[in-house]
Amino acid sequence: MKERLVQLDVFRYNPDTDTAGHYQHYEVVCQDEWVVLDALNKIKETIDPTLNYRWSCHMAVCGSCGMMINGEPKLSCHTFLRDYAGVIRVEPLTHFPVERDLVTAPDDFIEKLKRVKPYLIPKEPKPISEGEYLQTPAQLKKYHRFTLCINCMLCYAACPEYGLTPKFIGPAAISLAHRYNQDSRDGGRDERQEIIASKEGVWECTFVGACSEVCPAHVDPAGALQQVKIASSIDWFKEHLLPGGGK
Amino acid sequence: MSKPLIREVPPTSWYLRHPRYLRYMAREVTSLFVGAYCVLLVFALQSLAAGQASYEAFLVALRSPASIAFHLLALAAALYHAATWFNATQKAMPIQVGEEFVSGNLISGAHYVAWAALSIVILFLAGVF
Repeated sequence: MKERLVQLDVFRYNPDTDTAGHYQHYEVVCQDEWVVLDALNKIKETIDPTLNYRWSCHMAVCGSCGMMINGEPKLSCHTFLRDYAGVIRVEPLTHFPVERDLVTAPDDFIEKLKRVKPYLIPKEPKPISEGEYLQTPAQLKKYHRFTLCINCMLCYAACPEYGLTPKFIGPAAISLAHRYNQDSRDGGRDERQEIIASKEGVWECTFVGACSEVCPAHVDPAGALQQVKIASSIDWFKEHLLPGGGK
Repeated sequence: MSKPLIREVPPTSWYLRHPRYLRYMAREVTSLFVGAYCVLLVFALQSLAAGQASYEAFLVALRSPASIAFHLLALAAALYHAATWFNATQKAMPIQVGEEFVSGNLISGAHYVAWAALSIVILFLAGVF
């Protein structure tokens, strides 16, 4: 198999001893078809066992191995070494606190995800004996794209609004709220709107569009957020212009 | 207890970090030209209301090299701004017919066609044809 010498500058931070991060240079022989995660694994196994990073599935499904690779938010298991020339710079996802080396703290995202209630809230709960909540293929297709999110947080690392205004609920959480709002079986939109149509919700988005450009699952969070803006604006007009608030 | 490292985002230079942020800033900057042109139209109305001499002086000022340069810049900015807006419509306004979504290019394209049609109407009303 064809091999190549790969050079990486990897961000290092030890919370017990460091006050700032620094870059450590590694040179490692890799196979031509390897991805960045493979190179990190080889470094950890053969050169430096102290290097820390998260990963799990190695197949772009679990969303654990998000990193900045040459300044771009990427899944390291989905980023081929052969696509890069020269030294590859590997950093933790931007906009998140660094716990150690390439490991970031996802707590803020998880908290926001919980707030938007990303689960079905049935319009009328019914006992199991009454059977399933039925849905047509067209109703499924309406929201299917937004179900593909793997919670990898690359969109948050790409979103300058989130970096500048950390209270912003952000692309993935709002897209998931939109996914359930679009679901014909769901009746929880009013509860979610309180969060996603607020000032810290969709109105913090200025449509940079970076979230959709980096999304490895092609969810198109930027599209979801613009759709939420339009729906929320229609809500406002109904509330203020129609008799009875349009209810 | 070890302390996580917080990396601050540079508040005035963040957009230099990636070309896509520069493209975004370019789109936002074009709105300044669109706004400036609206102010120019207000001045036009004001000079028109002030009488014939005032309006003719305004028309002379429009023919100055600086004014022509501004108009060319404002036109380029408005075209770029409009294109980014129309291209965004397919994301913001998906249309589902039956099971399938209408092609995004069709949605954006319809906006371009409407834009061209309205421009022709305005040029017609202005007596160009």
